[in-house]
Amino acid sequence: MTANYEFFIDPSRCIGCQACVQACGECETHRGHPMIHLDYVDRANSVQTVPVVCMHCEDPTCAKVCPAEAIRKDDHGIVHSASKPRCIACSNCVLACPFGVPKMESRYELMMKCDMCYDRTSRGRKPMCATVCPSGALYYGPREYVEQQRREKPVNEFQFGRQTVRTKVNMMTAPGIKALPFDVADFLPFEALDDDPLSLARSGARDAGDLAVWDLGEKEVEEEIIAG
Amino acid sequence: MQSVPRIHRIGLLSGLSVALALTATIGIGSLGLKHFDRAFVWYAVGSVLAAFAVGYRFAVWAQRPPSRMYFLRGFQLLFKRTCAGLNVRARLDKVHSWTPRCADSLHPDPLPQREGIRHTATRQGARDRFAETQRSIPPLPWGEGRGEGERSVVQPEVTSEPATLVLAKSLATNFAAQEFIRRRSLYRWIMHLCLSGGCTLAFAITFPLVLGWVHFESFPDNAEKYRAFIFGFAAASFDVHSAAAFVAFNLLNFSAVLVTVGLIMAAIRRVTDAGERATQKFAEDILPLLLIFAVTATGLMLTVSYKFLAGRGHAVIAVAHLLSVLALLAYIPFGKLFHMFQRACSLCVSIYKSAAESDARASCGRCGEDFASAVHVADLKIVLDQLGFDYRFATPRGEIHYQDICPPCRRRLLALNQGRTLHR
Repeated sequence: MTANYEFFIDPSRCIGCQACVQACGECETHRGHPMIHLDYVDRANSVQTVPVVCMHCEDPTCAKVCPAEAIRKDDHGIVHSASKPRCIACSNCVLACPFGVPKMESRYELMMKCDMCYDRTSRGRKPMCATVCPSGALYYGPREYVEQQRREKPVNEFQFGRQTVRTKVNMMTAPGIKALPFDVADFLPFEALDDDPLSLARSGARDAGDLAVWDLGEKEVEEEIIAG
Repeated sequence: MQSVPRIHRIGLLSGLSVALALTATIGIGSLGLKHFDRAFVWYAVGSVLAAFAVGYRFAVWAQRPPSRMYFLRGFQLLFKRTCAGLNVRARLDKVHSWTPRCADSLHPDPLPQREGIRHTATRQGARDRFAETQRSIPPLPWGEGRGEGERSVVQPEVTSEPATLVLAKSLATNFAAQEFIRRRSLYRWIMHLCLSGGCTLAFAITFPLVLGWVHFESFPDNAEKYRAFIFGFAAASFDVHSAAAFVAFNLLNFSAVLVTVGLIMAAIRRVTDAGERATQKFAEDILPLLLIFAVTATGLMLTVSYKFLAGRGHAVIAVAHLLSVLALLAYIPFGKLFHMFQRACSLCVSIYKSAAESDARASCGRCGEDFASAVHVADLKIVLDQLGFDYRFATPRGEIHYQDICPPCRRRLLALNQGRTLHR
């Protein structure tokens, strides 16, 4: 029934609600350890967040750089977490993954990563994160649905400089793009900005980019209330 | 031989040398086969073949670029003792060679913000300020959203421990005590200690006996007193009715009990743990347990047969035991159990990490955050080149390697680049 289901990510739809993070921790293969990454893109200036699950590369860099042959890609194209007896916690995979996916659990001396909820997807169920995502940033389902319902088109090819990476997971992008081009230079802050980056912060109401919202402890909040 | 790739030539050579070395110890240990027990001949043949396969497999594995890098660095550090041997400083210049110089020409591509403004010498200041604001942003709780393990704490002037000390510590905590498994799960730690301890004990008893390294003789004047010979040299002697004799004769049975406890715990886990049930593979996870079970069960049956059944069925059980042991020996080099040899690489990683800790750090080219040791990043670039990956970006300001961008920034760049295609 769900054999032809695919994973589609659209970070531009992410609202940063953390539901995926909570749901991910429920996955049986890494209970209690959420493997999905939910990062602020530029926390000082924007509330934009990006959810990143494992993209399950066709030729996984993480598996190739593993000195212990601990990372395995199975017949379904799923790149699994490091094998527990083999992983030697060298962090090669963490540093080499172009999407920044694997997590090093230093305490366990073990790399852990998203395996697209293998306990669920191997039995025809949707991955935890895609099940709970309220905004469609993470979607698991038939390709036809995505093609009908979205303006954006899915791609599963990424161009990192000279390296082309093909993945099992799709990324939504503008129509007509065959491979999502990655640019680094333009996003280096010292290239694009020649003054205080905070000057670009939005004016008006406090938002997630406003440090004060997060920084205030209980005491400071009380003081602020008293001060009116 | 020329048509065989180099990696396999070295593998064959390594396998042959290990097998020959083992054969030689059989010859020497049993004093020219004088004390070699012919009943064990097939066990000995199986051991020599397994030694060949382990040597071959190990050499082929150790030649893979990432494994080779760790073994190379491990040995370098072990003998040079400091990171200086790795030429970190010299190589760092290469690592950061792309860092933009100030007051450069216009960026030809449209910039996401403030297109076309000529940058001036304030860029360095902006970079510093940006790095400062990034640092002042409250970090997410550890392990959430970052994923690179613990946040690095900058520790200036830390002198690392000598590599030999790190090696000794790693041997004690990771190999003997298997501390890391205890931290992963107490249940699995007990299970693994039973299995690895029991199997090691059993091999430590049977190999020397099978290969003729150890044999027992009774005294000519007193048949109730035994003397053990190790490589032909007389060692301890004991009375056959003493407690020491009881332990010596039954140690293999004790190890079998230990292994059985481990096997039961492993079987329970394999059946009840939903995550394991989803990901386990028969050849990788179930077969080794079945093989160890077969060896243990037939071994215990031999004891039962000669102790309680007056030797009934002994011949059949002995053949079954032989076959199960041969199957286990054949499985070791190719299956899950090979991890006991691959763990050797973790010793190199311990030395490498300890040395790199006190050395130069790599900071992200985008956010400025310290995310790994500089030597690790530099070595990984070499490994990626050897594997045929090229994550270099050609920019008007020089080459940027994706390895110089920290993993959280790579995730952010995913969103930024996707957003750009959508004009968001």
